[in-house]
Amino acid sequence: MKLKGRGIGKGVVEGVVIVSRRPLSFLGGVDPETGIITDAESDIKGESIKGKILAFPRGKGSTVGSYVIYALAKGGNGPKALIVEDAETIVTVGAIISGIPLVTGIDIKKLKTGMRVRVNAETGEVEIIGEGNL
Amino acid sequence: MYLTKEEELALSGEYGPAVQKAMEILVALGDIYNADRLIPIKSAQIAGVSYKNLGEYGMQFLRDFVEMGAKVSVYTTLNPAGIGDEEFTEKQQEILDLYRAMGVEITSTCTPYYGPNLPKFGDHLAWSESSAVSFANSVLGARTNREGGPSSLAAAIVGKTPNYGLHLEENRRATHLIKIEAEVRERTEYSILGYRIGEIVKDGVPYIKGIRPDVDDLKAMGASMAASGSVALYHVEGETPEWRTALNDVVEEILIDEKDLQEVKERFSAEWREVDFILLGCPHASLKEIKEIAELLRMRNRPLKVPLFVTVSKSVKALADYLGYTEIIERYNGKLLSDVCLVVSPVNEWYSGVATNSGKAAFYFKSFGLNVRLDGLEKIIMEAP
Repeated sequence: MKLKGRGIGKGVVEGVVIVSRRPLSFLGGVDPETGIITDAESDIKGESIKGKILAFPRGKGSTVGSYVIYALAKGGNGPKALIVEDAETIVTVGAIISGIPLVTGIDIKKLKTGMRVRVNAETGEVEIIGEGNL
Repeated sequence: MYLTKEEELALSGEYGPAVQKAMEILVALGDIYNADRLIPIKSAQIAGVSYKNLGEYGMQFLRDFVEMGAKVSVYTTLNPAGIGDEEFTEKQQEILDLYRAMGVEITSTCTPYYGPNLPKFGDHLAWSESSAVSFANSVLGARTNREGGPSSLAAAIVGKTPNYGLHLEENRRATHLIKIEAEVRERTEYSILGYRIGEIVKDGVPYIKGIRPDVDDLKAMGASMAASGSVALYHVEGETPEWRTALNDVVEEILIDEKDLQEVKERFSAEWREVDFILLGCPHASLKEIKEIAELLRMRNRPLKVPLFVTVSKSVKALADYLGYTEIIERYNGKLLSDVCLVVSPVNEWYSGVATNSGKAAFYFKSFGLNVRLDGLEKIIMEAP
């Protein structure tokens, strides 16, 4: 199945999805040294986003969150790609300065943690290539 | 988004990696907010200055940008810096040096309009400090969105910003009509009123009817609105430059009375014995406000037992020094701190309670867990121990 949105940034990557059903705050919500979600209100608290494709509705919180995404990427603890329903400034700028492909305008209800997907930031497409085992 | 040939070249890396990265940021924002093109800006004002907020990661980003050869192309000033211990001060200095290396003017203030970064009506800007954005849009009639640190820096480097949001005429009209049925006289009452309006309209554009504020009152009211909500533009009937064209007949109407203001004030009613410092100058004090503080201290005629900090921009501090106000304030245990902000400093490590005349400061200090007393300037100075 192919989901069509709008791509921001460069590149095509494949990987396993982790889905957060709630908006994410990167400043104070993710440990930049490990990639583990620390936001007490998050439904994926304690999970790691390192090397995964992170799907969530939208960012929230401080605009300093963009720098946390940058720190995650610089330290090799960042997500491979980002999928959001609604890109706003924090996540968009974070993805761009970190070189992480981003696709926005995707109904993330169609995605489940553990699925394998291909994210194309050039065409804005997210293709589900495996249902996963979760 | 449409790009000119020149902009396409910049995006392809023709003018170096820093300009390319800055263009990538602007184009991505332009795309998600459906901007038609980039427009030239007259000045920039950058957030992400305090080490408390920026942290190691933000510093790393700035170091990388400087290494890529980033230079601003329009007049650019900074948000206030933080103050802290020796290690903090060292980091803070490095941050300022990184911005200086990019050609940014190292005036770190939330009131750049008291210095050389003074826009005029209709100017497009890329500013990020929430109260400065509010003042520029509402009081001066310039046009800026609420930028984040990296997006205002990107705009400063390219000299342009995507044309969306408050740059467009149609987004500058009122979303709420606020009728004030309370006596609002003193500056802190304007600050409290702004606090209540921000809570109600959130990111809307309020049109306010029934008040006669002066320019410092407008500054205080706008800062509160931008803290309790995320208001970037408001209009005051008969007072602000765009009020005549701001209203149409389909906006939500809201009444604010004495009771609403009292309710906000009661949330910040710490006792004097719980207060261990006084903060005035949030946003940074004008020369007129400093004069008022000095005159009140002279009337009080005995030193304050709790330290008083008045935060100001460098340019206003220089005038206060010259005119003798600094000396008077120091005589009564006060201190003028220039180019810094206590809201972005680790004050909760040093103090447990504050008295302030600023709704914005009250909002943030309370969120850090401090006891807060919000009162008028005269009451604070006359009643403080």
